[in-house]
Amino acid sequence: MLNVALPKGRLGENVYRLFEAAGFPCPSLLDGSRKLIFENEEAQVRYFWAKPSDVAIYVERGAADIGVAGKDILLEYEPDVYELLDLQMGKCRMAVAAPKDYQDDSRYTLKVATKFSRIAREYYTSIGRDIDIIHLNGSIEIAPILGLSDVIVDIVETGTTLKENNLEVIETIVPISARLIANKSSFKFKQAQIEKIVREMSK
Amino acid sequence: MEFNIDVLDESEKIIFALRTLYRSQGYRRYRMSKFEEYDLYSRNKDFLVSDSVITFMDLNGKLMALKPDVTLSLIKNNKDKPEEIQKLYYNENVYRVQKGSDSFKEIMQAGLECFGAVDPACISEVLMLAAKSLDLISPDFMLEISDLEILSFFLDRIPVSGDVRRELLKCVSEKNRHEILHLLRSHEVQEQYGQDLIRVLELYGGPDHVMEGLRDLCAEKGLEEEVERLTRVISVFRESAYKDRILIDFSAVSDLNYYNGIIFRGFISGVPEEVLSGGQYDRLMKKMGRKSRACGFAVYLNKLQGIMR
Repeated sequence: MLNVALPKGRLGENVYRLFEAAGFPCPSLLDGSRKLIFENEEAQVRYFWAKPSDVAIYVERGAADIGVAGKDILLEYEPDVYELLDLQMGKCRMAVAAPKDYQDDSRYTLKVATKFSRIAREYYTSIGRDIDIIHLNGSIEIAPILGLSDVIVDIVETGTTLKENNLEVIETIVPISARLIANKSSFKFKQAQIEKIVREMSK
Repeated sequence: MEFNIDVLDESEKIIFALRTLYRSQGYRRYRMSKFEEYDLYSRNKDFLVSDSVITFMDLNGKLMALKPDVTLSLIKNNKDKPEEIQKLYYNENVYRVQKGSDSFKEIMQAGLECFGAVDPACISEVLMLAAKSLDLISPDFMLEISDLEILSFFLDRIPVSGDVRRELLKCVSEKNRHEILHLLRSHEVQEQYGQDLIRVLELYGGPDHVMEGLRDLCAEKGLEEEVERLTRVISVFRESAYKDRILIDFSAVSDLNYYNGIIFRGFISGVPEEVLSGGQYDRLMKKMGRKSRACGFAVYLNKLQGIMR
């Protein structure tokens, strides 16, 4: 039985279609039920919905053999997993955003609000800028408005939220998309199944 | 003295079985009876599984460490005899912080080391003992073998800085083909280098499945000697019961500052991470001023809780 962790939400549903096309269908998955675990004995596959940021943990700890996670999560948590495919879905970018007309003053420590502390720290270390990280769990956009931070590091998809809050992207750190990941141990024991999925999905 | 074996719990049984196995093959026990100075570990920090070490001040004022590792101490306290082969095993508690944890844990570890004139026959023996150790824990295991000499050839020819090289190595360990290509493209490196590296990575699976393709690729690049040595080392499994438990996989990497040549990792079905890891570490020996070559492995007994319940 192959255990697959899917990110809850629209991306997860689209990703499931790829698995279905690769020969691992589980029709009950999309029937609108509130169940979280779905199994298809015949296709030897079990799917479950997980919070997108948790998928990597399920896979790293072996509760799921494979899963789909955003590159943002993989960069932030650095789970010890295989990254087998770039699915070219859920595309967005990790970016630095600031209030319009913001000018960085390098005499002061830069205050950065973000959910992605590691990514922010590594980015600013790479350009040699001294920063103070303010870790937030949501609504990052309000931090500069309230004076909590100078800039934010966050995911930007269309930029609408930023615009509505009078912010703009000043630097793109890294492009993001959904990746197929696998547990390193599971890969050894379920190699044929996982390889089939990779082969079909990369077509 | 008599005692009933039922008083032992599963992990104790495994420890005694491993010790019996290693002894039967002529390995001598090493006991880490004293503490080492912190300096020994801080000089070789990257060799340690976790870089946090418990330190304390000894009565003479020296800064000491509560054993985070056994191998370094073993090298330090063992006389360098490069012409002979010395075989040692150990079974000790070590103190480490595991990934994602914020506290130290006492971890039972067993392992063995071969020092001296380590040749392919000796590496074969260590590999076979690694397979037997895994089999003692569970017959449903896989032993994954890589050769850093071969992998290094494909990495070293790529003209990038040390930082990018480290990133590349991480991609290799993740089987991350798309990121390798992306990384090389963004540093304007010839695509052929990336394609060759990916070709090596795609050669994984059982030796019967992999070796022919690897021989072809290595012949193209003038690596006949390297592939010949790998073939010789793994030939020990050809007629063995473990034939189908061996995987060649170049995504298995270790720190290239310490390790060289053959490295390997063991997995047990149902355990999400490696339970055994080892390889040749001539570079570490050299760093510590030894002329001996070395090869060994450790079994992480703490990771077996899940299957013992």
